[in-house]
Amino acid sequence: MTGVPLSAYLVLALVLFCIGLYGALTKRNAVIVLISIELMLNAANINLVAFSKFGVTPSITGQVFSLFTITIAAAEAAVGLAILMSLYRNRKTVNVDEMEIMKN
Amino acid sequence: MSLSGELIAFIGLALVAIVGGVLLITLTKVVHMVIALVFTFLGIAGIYMLLSAEFVAIVQILIYSGAITIVMLFGIMLTKHQENDAPAKGGWGNFSLLAAIAGFAVAVYLGIYNLDIPVQPTALHEENTKQIGIELFQNM
Repeated sequence: MTGVPLSAYLVLALVLFCIGLYGALTKRNAVIVLISIELMLNAANINLVAFSKFGVTPSITGQVFSLFTITIAAAEAAVGLAILMSLYRNRKTVNVDEMEIMKN
Repeated sequence: MSLSGELIAFIGLALVAIVGGVLLITLTKVVHMVIALVFTFLGIAGIYMLLSAEFVAIVQILIYSGAITIVMLFGIMLTKHQENDAPAKGGWGNFSLLAAIAGFAVAVYLGIYNLDIPVQPTALHEENTKQIGIELFQNM
C-alpha cells in the first residue's frame, strides 16, 4: 500500500506559507496581518509533524517541538493583539499604513 | 496510482485548508476573513490526524480554532470593523510582490517535489499522548 508521499505534505505547507506571506504583506488591517502570520506558523508546524513521521529518523520529537511552537504562537497572538489595542486607543486606527509614529 | 482512503482524505483536507486560505485573501469583510481561517485550521488539524499526531491535532483545534480565533474576533470587534479592508496601493507594487512570492514558491518547490526519503515503520500512532508525555517529561 502506497500512502501519501512526504512531498505532498511539504507542498501543502508551502502553499499555505505563501498565502500567509502574501496576506501579511498586502493586507491593511493589522488584525488580518497578525492572522496571516499565524497561518505561516501553522505551515511550519505541518512541516515539523510531517518530518516526525516521514523523516530520516522518525521519532516523536517533531510533535513535541510543534507543541512548543503552538504555545509560542498563541502567546505571540495575545501580545500582538494587546499592542494593537493600546495603539487603537491612542491613534484610532488599525491601518498598518498609518502606524508610522516611529518613522522620521 | 490507486486512490487509497488516505489519499482521498488528504486531498479533501488539503482542499479545505487551501480554500480557507484563498478566502482569507479574497474576502473583503474582516470578520468573514477570520471565519474563513477557521476552516483552514480545522483542515490542518485533519492533516495532523493523517500524520498520526492525534494529540497535536486536538491541541490545534483547541488553541487555534478555539482560542486564537475568538481572541482575534474580540480584537476586530473592539476596533474599527465596519469599513471594508481597502485594497492596497494596487498596480505594480502588488504585482511585483506576487511575482516575488511565486518565485520563492517555485524555488522551494524545485527543492522538495522529488524529495524521496525511504519510509520507515513508526509506532507514533500507538498511545500517542503517552509517548509525548514520556518524551517531554522523561527524556527532555
